[in-house]
Amino acid sequence: MDNHILEVNNLHVSFKTRNGEVPAVRGVNFSLKKGETLAIVGESGFGKSVTAKSIMQLLPKQNTIIPEGEILYEGKDLLKFSKKEIQNVRGSDISMVFQDPMTSLNPTMKIGKQIMEGLSRHMSLTKKQARERAKEMLELVGIPNTEARLDAYPHQFSGGMRQRVVIAIALACNPKVLIADEPTTALDVTIQAQILRLMRGLQEKMDTAIVLITHDLGVVANMADRVAVMYAGEVVEQGTLDEIFYSPQHPYTLGLLRSMPNLDAPRTEPLIPIPGSPPDPASLGTGCPFAARCPYTMKVCHDHNPDYTAVSGTQAVRCWLQDERTPEEHVPEVIRKGRQTSEIAADQAAIDAAGGVPV
Amino acid sequence: MKRYLIQRFAYAVITLFIIVTATFLLMQLLPGTPYSNAEKLTESQRAILDAKYGLDKPVAIQYITYIGNLIQGDLGYSFQYQGRTVMSMIGDRIGPSALIGLQGLVFGTIIGLVLGIISALRHNTAVDYVSVTIAVLGMSIPSFVFAALLQYFIGVKLGWLPVALWENYQSTILPSLALSVTVIATVARFIRSEMLEVLGQDYVTTARAKGLNESGVIWKHVIRNALIPVVTMLGPLAVSIMTGTLVIEKIFGVPGLGEQFTLSILVLDYSVIMGITLLYSALFIFVVFVVDVLYGLLDPRIDLKGGSKA
Repeated sequence: MDNHILEVNNLHVSFKTRNGEVPAVRGVNFSLKKGETLAIVGESGFGKSVTAKSIMQLLPKQNTIIPEGEILYEGKDLLKFSKKEIQNVRGSDISMVFQDPMTSLNPTMKIGKQIMEGLSRHMSLTKKQARERAKEMLELVGIPNTEARLDAYPHQFSGGMRQRVVIAIALACNPKVLIADEPTTALDVTIQAQILRLMRGLQEKMDTAIVLITHDLGVVANMADRVAVMYAGEVVEQGTLDEIFYSPQHPYTLGLLRSMPNLDAPRTEPLIPIPGSPPDPASLGTGCPFAARCPYTMKVCHDHNPDYTAVSGTQAVRCWLQDERTPEEHVPEVIRKGRQTSEIAADQAAIDAAGGVPV
Repeated sequence: MKRYLIQRFAYAVITLFIIVTATFLLMQLLPGTPYSNAEKLTESQRAILDAKYGLDKPVAIQYITYIGNLIQGDLGYSFQYQGRTVMSMIGDRIGPSALIGLQGLVFGTIIGLVLGIISALRHNTAVDYVSVTIAVLGMSIPSFVFAALLQYFIGVKLGWLPVALWENYQSTILPSLALSVTVIATVARFIRSEMLEVLGQDYVTTARAKGLNESGVIWKHVIRNALIPVVTMLGPLAVSIMTGTLVIEKIFGVPGLGEQFTLSILVLDYSVIMGITLLYSALFIFVVFVVDVLYGLLDPRIDLKGGSKA
């Protein structure tokens, strides 16, 4: 589709280690429309951050291999860009907010200078104009007393304030895409909510598309338009926020949702964790990577990795349960039920797209 | 800041006082006398000499007298050289030591920094391995070996520079080079590991994510932060190297302080030993203080105005 600002196709990323190449990302696909928020969820170590960093090409060159795939930004493949060209994209077209605001600012450089650096790199501004703009950005992210704060050092800010500064740096040059890698994980809950609200507000104002990387489903529910669920370096399920939350089709997504605490449930009710532990990316077989932990495995799961099945116009799943050959009675009821609601939603979407039918 | 300075000065005085006391007492434990012909002296001759130098009095009185003189800035007279004050002896000897020390320090620091920085930027490549090897060799091979090699190749074989003797500027070069080897090795190793640590920091990724080019990232974000800890290490290194090292001064025939110090210990020239020890300690304390102040200037997280934590 033309209105995709960012498209990641069949991306593979591996790391060279002493024990050979370890695949961290294995064929990731997703796309992002202008002004949209895509959340990438999954447990730690499943290649979420690697995916994000490979878009900006911030992974260490010496030990990273990208054997396959393309990352299209406005139709152009970033992986084919020269060093210089990618530097021009970084910070001006695509920006990034990192996980830990305590470490992502240079401790010996004034905040103002850290914001102005990117500005003078990408926009032809005088020093005075850059400073003005930096001040505006601080105001925009809700930092009071901006004139004085420009000359303050990071250690004079609290964690939440620092993350605001990091966001100001990222958005200073009006990027079209913001990649936020666990932007609230290191913050306490009340600050989390503030930062998320701030990001949403700025997104509306600046029409930025956001790739939000998180393991926190609460954050996803708050922010995302669409969700991609990652498992062991693959996107196992992708869909709109409602589809993922109300009609998950992949057993892993289902497991994730079930392991989320429910405030309405009685306190005696235990959480349902996903049994087993995540697979070692260095020793993945040919089968579905979730097979070992999946309650619904079939024979085929252990030997062959399934392909994507489109469940609706917006939802796609990588699971053998979706295959036509899978006997209907083997498919668990939750997933079958979800499929129906998905269809209803898809029908509804089609109706909406057609201009809506008055009830 | 003022409070901090006063506090530091008070600490310095107390430290010096303790050092003086300890040295004074330790010296009393040394066997022998300062008189080179002690065996030939008659009882009465010795008594006259002891009286002249105040050695006939009890140790406590000697100590109090020394401290009293010290407070007035008087380091006393040498036992070894007739009529020479310790002050003037140090004055004569410190020049050459400081000169070769300073040259060795500046040269060694520059080369060490360049070596270490390049090595960190080319981490795990041939360049890195070579410079790490140089650093390890420089640390582990004693400086007198290098001194001898320099003398042999540059002095004897090539005949470019004098082998030894203190005559003109040329004679300072080889001892300075020999001194710089340790500095190169220490600085290179230190800056390399600091650089590698900073390169792995999140804020370096942030800087890259802003679109800065690699040299901008390295200069503005990496090197400055990596240099801060190097300053701490350089201070004490500077003192030890500029106050003269016995071995290098002996090998190259430099009339420096290190040589004098050893000589004085051998002949039990009490007042000179005290004087030079005091000078070393005072310099050391001063340099550590300068490093602390510099640290405050380089690293905004360290605030000297508070004064309570330093």
